[in-house]
Amino acid sequence: MSFSDILNRGGSDTPSGVGIGQRIREAFQSTVDLFSGERMGQFGVFLLITFILLAMTAPLLAPYNPDTRHEAEDGSLLRLAEPSGDHLLGTNHEGQDVLSQVLYGTQVSVFVGLFAALIAVFIGTNVGLITAYYGGLVDDILMRLVDIAYGLPFLPFVIVLVFIFGADLFNIVLVIAALLWRDSARVVRAEVLTQKERDYVESAEAIGASDFRILYRHILPNVLPIAFLYIAFAIAYAVIFEASIAFLGYGDPELISWGKMLYQAYTFGAIRFAWWWVIPPGILLMFLVSSVFFIGRTLEKFTNPELRH
Amino acid sequence: MGLQRYVGRRLVQLVITYWVFLTLLFGIFRLAPGDPTSMYQMDGLSPEARQQILERLGLNDPLHVQYMRFMVDFITGNWGDSFRYGEPVMDIIVIKFWNTVLLMGPAFFLAFAIGIIFGAFMGWVRGTKKEKGGLILTLFARSSPEFWIGIIVLMVFTFQLGWFPSGGIRAPGAEINSFWGRYLAWDFLHHLALPLLTGVIFYMATPTLLMRSSMISVLNSDFVEMKKAEGIPEYIILYKHAARNSILPVTTVVAIVIGLTIGGSLVIETVFNWPGMGREMVQSVTYNDYNVSQAIFFLMGSVVIFMNLVADIAYVYLDPRVRFDEQ
Repeated sequence: MSFSDILNRGGSDTPSGVGIGQRIREAFQSTVDLFSGERMGQFGVFLLITFILLAMTAPLLAPYNPDTRHEAEDGSLLRLAEPSGDHLLGTNHEGQDVLSQVLYGTQVSVFVGLFAALIAVFIGTNVGLITAYYGGLVDDILMRLVDIAYGLPFLPFVIVLVFIFGADLFNIVLVIAALLWRDSARVVRAEVLTQKERDYVESAEAIGASDFRILYRHILPNVLPIAFLYIAFAIAYAVIFEASIAFLGYGDPELISWGKMLYQAYTFGAIRFAWWWVIPPGILLMFLVSSVFFIGRTLEKFTNPELRH
Repeated sequence: MGLQRYVGRRLVQLVITYWVFLTLLFGIFRLAPGDPTSMYQMDGLSPEARQQILERLGLNDPLHVQYMRFMVDFITGNWGDSFRYGEPVMDIIVIKFWNTVLLMGPAFFLAFAIGIIFGAFMGWVRGTKKEKGGLILTLFARSSPEFWIGIIVLMVFTFQLGWFPSGGIRAPGAEINSFWGRYLAWDFLHHLALPLLTGVIFYMATPTLLMRSSMISVLNSDFVEMKKAEGIPEYIILYKHAARNSILPVTTVVAIVIGLTIGGSLVIETVFNWPGMGREMVQSVTYNDYNVSQAIFFLMGSVVIFMNLVADIAYVYLDPRVRFDEQ
């Protein structure tokens, strides 16, 4: 059974009498089916859920306020203390607890990753659906826009925009999404072009279904698997870009993020000696991004188009 | 539609893309907060003196006048002076441009070369533990932002082993006599090694994964079986026959990886204090040095747009099955 068949059980082929509760149960069951036997995919899902839980519970789990500057017994600032019972991951150059900072940093990465990816793929999927279905001038204009988005050097553009609109977390999300939609637009368009030729679209047209209904009720469920795959990729890119922005010093000054921790450690010269300050944010970044790539590999097996990533 | 007409249409698109790109460039740098005088205001710059500077730089003219002048200047390569250095932007950028090209160019080519060989090997040993291990390593490499790879590389090769310098492009006080003398030097290569390695690790993941899956589909085809039946040694089939036929799909990501490489120069050059365009861009944005940052942005965008064109044309040229009107 293909991924789109599984999805379609809850989609256009379901008798209209089925309740929403059953659809959710079915959707859940089909997701479980999809990942059964997929060790890498399961590992990815496990990691991602762990990160989301960590982000939600960071205030409870963090042993200290991440901004508190701790002092040693003699009253001096506890700078760059090695890991100990009080500070499991030591402290940074300002005497702040690294473990607490890392936990709070999870919130930024998870938030930016999920939201930027959802917005980007939402825009991209709609652009792909509309351009492929209507063709003509709409297609020309929107696809030129995609070309232009591909022509912009991503990271420099993001940094310039963040600098102009202000380094606020929402701006960072919007700016990343404003460029990232191009990937999903392109692949969804290609997929809709092939779906458009299928019989079911013709029959729907023959019985006089509206364009909106054909697009969103009939075609959309068949391109959702690709949209999901691109959400996974988009999360990965969004997390990397947010971290890179922060590492270059353009992150939200109010928030602690992994990229910013590494920026501080780097500018302070701490990568020479303070491994406890440098390794944790980097490792977590790597694991968070890889979790969605692992999930992506499982989804890919079920979509298997000519992927450009 | 013939190849010529395709290329012609693609060139028209290029002009439109460029025009929109330049307009965007003009727009975003005018929206930027502050102007070149902002950072001097703390030093007691009087309002009159400030107006004089703005007047001299043409920043008080109506917007459409500025726009026209901007377009003409950019196309003719007259990029103005840097507010920060007080020198023509062109002079500042030329050296940095080459510094970046000589770092990111080799990183790009090595990433593809190694990625293709490695991906072909993974496709060949598909289903084994080796493949799985390689796949996981590749996914982790792709999941690590460039600055994180750079930091690890620095920690290992510089601070632990002490084999390479921690940054810069040449030893302090080195004598430079000519363009070639600058780069054809052992000292330069010694400084190049770590940033290059960082780039290669990150960028090779994409071609590796694509080559692997492409290889797997080629290996499932009949002609590989036939070659085996002919008794040709396995490694010859692998690298001469199967790999050759798998490379085509890998060319589709050339443009994407170029884009990543250009953006990555900002991060890699910052980590390794490499005096290239990327680091200069990050700094000039902070200092409101519009002319420098927009010129660099223009150069970076040009490289991406141009390479997209080359990749598209190369693709249809290499693969006769592609219908030109499918664009």
